Amino acid sequence: MSAAAIPNEPAITVELPTLSLRELWPWILFSILIALLAVYFVGAEQGATSVFSGTAVHEWVHDARHLLGFPCH
Amino acid sequence: MLTPREFLVRGLLAGLIAGVAAFVVGYVVGGPSVGASIAIEEAGGGHSHGDEAEAPAEAEDEGTVVPRDLQSTLGLATGTLVMGTALGGLAGIMTGVAFGRFGRRSARSTALAVAGTAFTVFYVVPYLIYPPNPPAVGLTETIGYRTGLYVAMLAISIVAAVLGLYLARMLRGRLGAWYAGLVGVGGYAVIIIIALLVLPRYNEVPDDFPATVLFAFRQASVITQAVLWGVIGVVLGELTHRLMVRGAAATPVPATVG
Ligand SMILES: [Zn+2]
Repeated sequence: MSAAAIPNEPAITVELPTLSLRELWPWILFSILIALLAVYFVGAEQGATSVFSGTAVHEWVHDARHLLGFPCH
Repeated sequence: MLTPREFLVRGLLAGLIAGVAAFVVGYVVGGPSVGASIAIEEAGGGHSHGDEAEAPAEAEDEGTVVPRDLQSTLGLATGTLVMGTALGGLAGIMTGVAFGRFGRRSARSTALAVAGTAFTVFYVVPYLIYPPNPPAVGLTETIGYRTGLYVAMLAISIVAAVLGLYLARMLRGRLGAWYAGLVGVGGYAVIIIIALLVLPRYNEVPDDFPATVLFAFRQASVITQAVLWGVIGVVLGELTHRLMVRGAAATPVPATVG
């Protein structure tokens, strides 16, 4: 425990404002886009569909694709 | 000042750490069953990756450009790190969305709840109908069909979860947090059960494929994903908690963070 970083933990009190959806939505879209790209390239590229030709991407992430639960061979 | 960026950065970092943990656990726990399946494939059993099933001796020469020992190490690490970081970022932003919207939960419990929900929605529920298979089980010619079904189940699960959360949030004032939560989870469960009954199923596991290898692989898959989301939840919770504590030191208005 770093006592310096968290002084007197249980007593800390504050009212932090909930982030408004107005300021959140571009970040929500951005993080969804990044997640979709990652899921696509790790989970499906050069399987059902291909952005790049060949099998190098598929083979490189092959074991992660199987273990993370995506359909493969 | 609390901004979405603070949550995203912490989510990405938590995801990167979770990706490392998932790689180590996936390599240790999942490596043996993946290796055993590849061995079965190369011995001519199961379904091979290409269409040279009649010529098992040729199995290694089907145009493999990445050697197996790279696939099972650096390749696996690349996959878990990319997935961990990206999904961690998403979990970070979702924690920013959830924080303060579902009662006075601490940052740590909010992050853990987000990760647990994501683990269930993204992995456990699709697993229930389309469980993952080790190499040598799936048929190459059905990959499009299987991927389509998997994406469909994933999409149904995500949309149902968003609807459930929205419902729970809308009904909080009228029913109270507990009953609103029950309605949200119940609504999600009803949609999922209908999907499980309606969506087509397939079984491509060859009759002579060893059940123990199949089980070991599926168990390793669950453990790897559980570690990925567990670490995201705990680390993200810790990082956002520290963010709150720092914010608390600069804010005079009293309320509870813990
Ligand atoms: Zn495969």
